[in-house]
Amino acid sequence: MEYKPLNILLAEDDEDDCQFFTDAIAQMKVKTKLQTFKDGEALMDYLHDPIHTTPDLIFLDLNMPRKGGMECLEEIRKDAKLKDLVIAIYSTSASENDVEDTFVRGANIYIHKPNDFPSLKKVLAEVLSVNWQYHTSGLDKANFLLSI
Amino acid sequence: MKLHFKYDFNLACKILLQEQLEKMQVKYELRGPCDLEIAGYMDEASYNTFSALLKPYGMEVVYNPKSILIQRTKAIILDMIGEDDRMPTAKIASLLASQLNHSAGHLSKIFSEHANTSIENFIILHKIERVKKLLLEDQITLTDISFQLNYSSVAHLSNQFKKLTGITPTAFVRIQKRRMQEGAISSTEPTQ
Repeated sequence: MEYKPLNILLAEDDEDDCQFFTDAIAQMKVKTKLQTFKDGEALMDYLHDPIHTTPDLIFLDLNMPRKGGMECLEEIRKDAKLKDLVIAIYSTSASENDVEDTFVRGANIYIHKPNDFPSLKKVLAEVLSVNWQYHTSGLDKANFLLSI
Repeated sequence: MKLHFKYDFNLACKILLQEQLEKMQVKYELRGPCDLEIAGYMDEASYNTFSALLKPYGMEVVYNPKSILIQRTKAIILDMIGEDDRMPTAKIASLLASQLNHSAGHLSKIFSEHANTSIENFIILHKIERVKKLLLEDQITLTDISFQLNYSSVAHLSNQFKKLTGITPTAFVRIQKRRMQEGAISSTEPTQ
């Protein structure tokens, strides 16, 4: 079975974290196509432009200049065209309350930023695998919650 | 009178395919000129009907025995998990093997190679999805659910839920209830 590469967007202002993520994604077994954005504003401009195809999965850093991850999340969930997107929040905070609030605001995945490369690869592999199952097995995305 | 034509083959095929798909009343997404993805599964009868509809146009579903086998494996598992009665107590692996006429080892190998996950993980994932659906129904307790889906104990169910999703069943219900109340997602509230 041949599948189209998974279309992934990442909004992350920290250049090192961004590079780290790009390298890890490149090593995944699943074929992916990644585009990165320096802040939430740039990401939202991209998403609102009808010329671009809707991505399969978005990773949002919580703290970014101009527009943060939480604002993007809320904007995306209020947009009828974008509301079915799978959204992963990528954050350094791991407080139970933050995680829960993020889910309530509509995130599907909460990733506590791993500190080293092997852990990041492991986390991303897990996320892509579960996401793939949701895409291919007709599961209800409204119940897609993963904290990792 | 002579007329000269030019065709857009891809467009013609796409429209033909869409017309036949409409007849099948399935949800689908075209994934390029020669691929499409159908939401859920097509049973054997529908698959045959669909193939028959396409045949007069010289269109043929490319038959891949491995992907069909995986599809059937998934369908059997989903059928078992979706039943309202209790899950069968026999080992799912041996049930699959006898229903599909392949050894458990062969099935597990084919599945892992092509489905991006193992049979065991697929079962766990879908059982937990079923648990989530049941949890959102009012009149059912975690104990009832663990009995219905054949878990050895509530603790086992809770642990598996937490291990797979990173949150507890209680947190899951709380989050979904808050989502409804706060209307954070536009599917539960009209778009502003």
